[in-house]
Amino acid sequence: MTEPETKALVPKGKQEIVSKAEQTKDGLVFTPDVDILESDREITLLVDMPGVQSRDLKVDLENGVLTLTGDVAPWEGPDEKNILIEYEVGRFYRQFNISEAIDQARIDARLSDGVLRLTLPKVESAIPRKIPVTAG
Amino acid sequence: MGVFPLVNLSEDRESFILRAEIPGVKSEDLDIQATAKSVSISGERHIPQEEENVSYHRREREGGRFSRAVALSGEINPDKVDAKLEHGVPTLRLPKTEASKAKQIPIMLSQS
Repeated sequence: MTEPETKALVPKGKQEIVSKAEQTKDGLVFTPDVDILESDREITLLVDMPGVQSRDLKVDLENGVLTLTGDVAPWEGPDEKNILIEYEVGRFYRQFNISEAIDQARIDARLSDGVLRLTLPKVESAIPRKIPVTAG
Repeated sequence: MGVFPLVNLSEDRESFILRAEIPGVKSEDLDIQATAKSVSISGERHIPQEEENVSYHRREREGGRFSRAVALSGEINPDKVDAKLEHGVPTLRLPKTEASKAKQIPIMLSQS
């Protein structure tokens, strides 16, 4: 688990989505990188969405499908001219099937420094319980 | 070192503007250096360790060190560089020196 400190990051390039359905809005759509981790009590998603502000982020859980949508506003000032463009901005979009029963009321979404931390607490009945066995 | 992060460089009349996408990086993890003709941005992205008793289903986000230097086509004033970090996007505003700003040349009417 301990990664060497010297590891250098390399750009992965943003994954642009080629979707079957047509977009109703102009603009590019990208797949954000995620970490998904699960403990006994909750499922946590960490999603890289650089440039997304909290008011432009939508988190939706419906019929077991979690949809994350984050819009990045174009940043150019009025008289800015591009010199070197290595990345494009647009919408971040990703969907997940959530098989566990989630307590919708306690879902927590926090966005800081362009990273969304989404905590999906499992409902009480889905938390594994230890059954004590008594010798009879 | 590598070419992380990817950067976008633009200019307006007053300055060059450099932007990058480094989600999850705090301002104290960024080191920005400017000279009259170049700017570099380096640092380390930390992916915090989660609790012990979790299992990972997906792990796409990566941490590590990065360093990027960009040469500029005109001179800037390195003392007046303004750096902001918002939502994982650092924005550097690099003001041009008077000598490297484009000048509007008025056309004189010749008097006949």
